[in-house]
Amino acid sequence: MALQASKIQVGDTHTQKLTDDLSRTQIVQYAGASGDYNPLHSDEIFTTKVAKYPTVFAHGMLTMGMTGRMVTDYVGDGRLTAYGVRFTRQVWPGDALTATAKVDAVREEDGQNLVDLSVTTVNQDGDVVVMGKATAKIDP
Amino acid sequence: MAAKKFPIEAGHIMMFARAVGDPNPIYHDADAAADTEPGNVIAPPTFYQSSAQYDPDYFLRPKIGEPWFGSGKNPTGVPPKRTGGDGGTGLHAEQRFEYFRHVSPGETLTIKTRPGKTWERQGKRGGNLTFSENITEYFDESGELVVRATGVGVRTEKVVESD
Repeated sequence: MALQASKIQVGDTHTQKLTDDLSRTQIVQYAGASGDYNPLHSDEIFTTKVAKYPTVFAHGMLTMGMTGRMVTDYVGDGRLTAYGVRFTRQVWPGDALTATAKVDAVREEDGQNLVDLSVTTVNQDGDVVVMGKATAKIDP
Repeated sequence: MAAKKFPIEAGHIMMFARAVGDPNPIYHDADAAADTEPGNVIAPPTFYQSSAQYDPDYFLRPKIGEPWFGSGKNPTGVPPKRTGGDGGTGLHAEQRFEYFRHVSPGETLTIKTRPGKTWERQGKRGGNLTFSENITEYFDESGELVVRATGVGVRTEKVVESD
């Protein structure tokens, strides 16, 4: 079911938990599905000894993809017209992530109802890991 | 060089949706998808990035018979300068998608890429930062633009500390 313009207001929010404990295996799963095999995301030896990070970390695109679930669950299947994020902080194995959409605008363009959303995903400490915007077609 | 053709496949969409933790049946169950508004399995919003699978030269996938910069016998399989020997690394700063239509299995998209803007900024923790945009457009078989993806990469002079 898609969102309805008559049932939402600016300032409304929708929050979804994305993971309680991000596993290294899920990061590997994302590497395999996306084709991005950068060792920074799966190769502990390379990441700690050569790149000098404390451990492997998630692809930004994994966090964006997980956050996308929250957005499409909220607006409905096939309704997105735009979705963009900035990667503000790394996501590490073990992180718990929660994503929130906030209604910024409910508008009409060429007879089509649209909603503009702010999208934010935070980790267990409340630090923002991605933030961005989405726009979707909605019903009247 | 980026991929030129991107065949949209049901199995690839299913695996991608699993990887991003999205159990929505519209990504893996054709029967359930038939009862939804799109009426078919569709690609999740960030699926387009996985066109990298079809890029023969994609630098973040090991090439058969070639050294790989990840670990094997040694912590890296190539000389350190290729990995940014000063510890500096390239990271993905920003990604945007514009959707003109959502695609389904069985379609083959044609991809065109072009560079966008480049700019520099002084980072708080990472030294000097160089940002560059890369624009990827996905066209369907009738030549219609279906998705435009804009990626922003950033190169740092030294490792970004996680605090």
